[in-house]
Amino acid sequence: MLAEFLQFLFSGITVGSTYALAALGFTLIYNSSHVINFAQGEFIMLGGMLAVYFTHSGLGLPLSLVLAIVLPAIVGLVMEKVAIEPVKGAEPVTLIIITIGASLVLRGLVQIWLGKGTFSLPAFSGEQPINVLGATLMPQSLWVLGVTAVVVLCLWYFFARTLMGKAMLATSFNRVAAELVGINTDGVLFLSFAMSAALGALGGILITPITLTSYDAGIMLGLKGFVGAVLGGLGSGLGAVVGGLLVGVLEAMGAGYISSSYKDAMPFVLILLILFFRPSGLFGGKATDRV
Amino acid sequence: MNMALLEVQDLSIQFGGVKAVQNVSFSIDAGIVYAVIGPNGAGKTTLFNLITGIYTPTAGSILLDGQPIQGKSPDVLAKRGVARTFQNLQICMNMSAVENVMVGAHLRLDRNLFKAALRWPALKARDLDLHAEALELMRFVGLEAYASASADSMSYGALKRLEIARALAMKPRLLFLDEPAAGLNPKETIEVDALIRKVADTGVTVVLVEHDMKMVMNLSDRILVLDYGRKLAEGTAAEVRRNPDVIAAYLGAHA
Amino acid sequence: MSKHPYRGLTLIAAVLLLLPLVLPNSFYVDLAIRMAINAVIVLGLNLLIGFAGQISLGHAGFIGIGAYASAALPTHFGWHPLLAVVAGAIAAGALAAVLARPIFRLKGHYLAMATLGLGIIINIVVRNEAALTGGPDGMAVPPMVFGSFEISGDKPWYWIVASLLCFSIWASIILIDSPFGRALRALHGSEVASKVVGVNVLRYKLTVFVMSAMFASIMGSVTALYVGFVTPNLADFFHSIELVTMVVIGGMGSIYGSVLGAVLLTALPQALATFEGWETVVFGAILMLSMIFMPKGLVPTLAARFGKGE
Repeated sequence: MLAEFLQFLFSGITVGSTYALAALGFTLIYNSSHVINFAQGEFIMLGGMLAVYFTHSGLGLPLSLVLAIVLPAIVGLVMEKVAIEPVKGAEPVTLIIITIGASLVLRGLVQIWLGKGTFSLPAFSGEQPINVLGATLMPQSLWVLGVTAVVVLCLWYFFARTLMGKAMLATSFNRVAAELVGINTDGVLFLSFAMSAALGALGGILITPITLTSYDAGIMLGLKGFVGAVLGGLGSGLGAVVGGLLVGVLEAMGAGYISSSYKDAMPFVLILLILFFRPSGLFGGKATDRV
Repeated sequence: MNMALLEVQDLSIQFGGVKAVQNVSFSIDAGIVYAVIGPNGAGKTTLFNLITGIYTPTAGSILLDGQPIQGKSPDVLAKRGVARTFQNLQICMNMSAVENVMVGAHLRLDRNLFKAALRWPALKARDLDLHAEALELMRFVGLEAYASASADSMSYGALKRLEIARALAMKPRLLFLDEPAAGLNPKETIEVDALIRKVADTGVTVVLVEHDMKMVMNLSDRILVLDYGRKLAEGTAAEVRRNPDVIAAYLGAHA
Repeated sequence: MSKHPYRGLTLIAAVLLLLPLVLPNSFYVDLAIRMAINAVIVLGLNLLIGFAGQISLGHAGFIGIGAYASAALPTHFGWHPLLAVVAGAIAAGALAAVLARPIFRLKGHYLAMATLGLGIIINIVVRNEAALTGGPDGMAVPPMVFGSFEISGDKPWYWIVASLLCFSIWASIILIDSPFGRALRALHGSEVASKVVGVNVLRYKLTVFVMSAMFASIMGSVTALYVGFVTPNLADFFHSIELVTMVVIGGMGSIYGSVLGAVLLTALPQALATFEGWETVVFGAILMLSMIFMPKGLVPTLAARFGKGE
């Protein structure tokens, strides 16, 4: 009983960490621009696919991983410059559609370049499962959890203690005010896309040894990360992490205890429930409009 | 004694820790021009938003014809004859000027979807009447030059008057004007002053928030003075002008 | 709204009448039918996106409901195909109503998220419940019958769909100029202003969403009856995006834009059929480029450029 529960819990937090990183990416971009970046999932996919590509090309794991994070970050920067900045004041519908378009372009290009196959990465420290109270924990899971925790801590430090981080926060609270005190909000937006992409890519890399990757892996991962961000409260960093983890855990529990063929549907049932009962999410605030 | 058209009793609203409006009470008789004045942040627009259904008060009541209306949504209040304009214009920039005014007559038309399909000729005829009426209203507020203009081509001052035309299209009993002269030059201000007088002369009860003291003193029958969300004074223009608290807080010595 | 909105309709009706004489073979007739079907769906979707200003990212789900109702109800429960179409539309409408009521009370683009979720759930259900739906491989659809007269093949369906399209265009024109349509456009322009003049914003958004869902469902049934077969692809996320693309590229809020968008983007996959990955890239590029350079869409932008306002 306990073993089964733990098993679901472990796999839930593991994939939940990827969702958490994706959710953080969504939140970062949403905070600096109120754009919901539907291409976030493709950054996750890029991370995994590029890592596979580079390791298969013989570049060695460490270098491959670095490239697999840096390149998506560059893609994020390009995307911001080319697709988002030109349309700064546009209606939300317009921006949503642009990011959807960007996700299609990225996915299509990867499909053309690397084909429709499914790929894997070798686990970072071997495949020997660890036994915890009857449940098996893969060492890769520890990598996922560990790295995610470190990243979240670094981000916390960045936003709480560094000037750049505070500038980003200021932009998210009130863009005009931030500009008036001299913050380069365009730069903030630029940086948030790069960071978002890097976070997503990192999540994609970490999870590939466990769940494999393919040109269309990004769709579901991104959407579920988005659910995590909404669950935690769109705009809240802490909410993104908690939300992402929760989505992963609830998905695993649902698949394990209720129905495994509806595993993919769980997060979306969840988002409907959130929107019906608590649309501001766990940590989001209520907003009132001035008229 | 005549029942007042609008009665506000002990009205309060709080946004988090900010008490935007505190225990405000006053009443407005039908047919007069009533002004609400006070320093910025005194709660004037918040008061408007409370009365016109944009906000729900945390305490107190608002009675229209003796019936409580606090917390009711704006479209319900519209049915009761309450109209308003906005400090930060709320114009439908995606429509023409005339259409903006026609929208004001929304409740007076048959909006039913199926009837639209079945009684098409009758509907079309009524729409033409409405178009003519809207043009007439635009003429009334001095916008005849914009008869075929689109809303996004009009100046700020013109749009402010368009909002008034739209409100008048509702054939309201009670019209709330939120800073109708804000952002207007002296010439435009005089024109708006005359317009408001014209509107009041048609029998509509006008309530306005305004900073232009000359306009307020000229137009108003009664004035409510707010300060930090509380009622500071209320009375006729002459009474308010002489009130020492009001002078100290708002008017200054040379009122 | 242009001064002669019916000119376009007359033109389209004429084209539709003459097309069968000109088209070389049934492949093109089939393409024309698919274009017309998409055009009707897009007209309904445009009401929601272009006029009410709300975005649905799961509209293919409603199409799926209609399609699978037409497939499963006659096959497994012996329903008459016409009844199945009606049942599908009612189900889609009811689902839309239930979904939208709590969502529309919120500000912002929560409908996008909710419809996204709904669309994906419908797709997964359809893939999983193989006993009812044939699963990932899909199932056959019994054709529409009236007594002993069976409607199948591209000839009868061409005329049915062409009539539906003309009717939909006509209905849209009437709708937009009506008080209902004006209220919708006002709602899009300024929700606060429309509330204050008495528009029941919630009810309008709800009505438009339910209507567009029901149109989608009916056209889903039409597709199923015409093709004779349904697969889960009909109700997947990419299809929902395709539909939004059609609205966007033609022109949000433009009737003829909807038709144009549907025509162009139904033809595009055919042109790119052999270049699978490229189809995705081109779609994405179209979405991005049109939103960046022509955010109003083809028809409104061209109309403004040439000053006609058609």
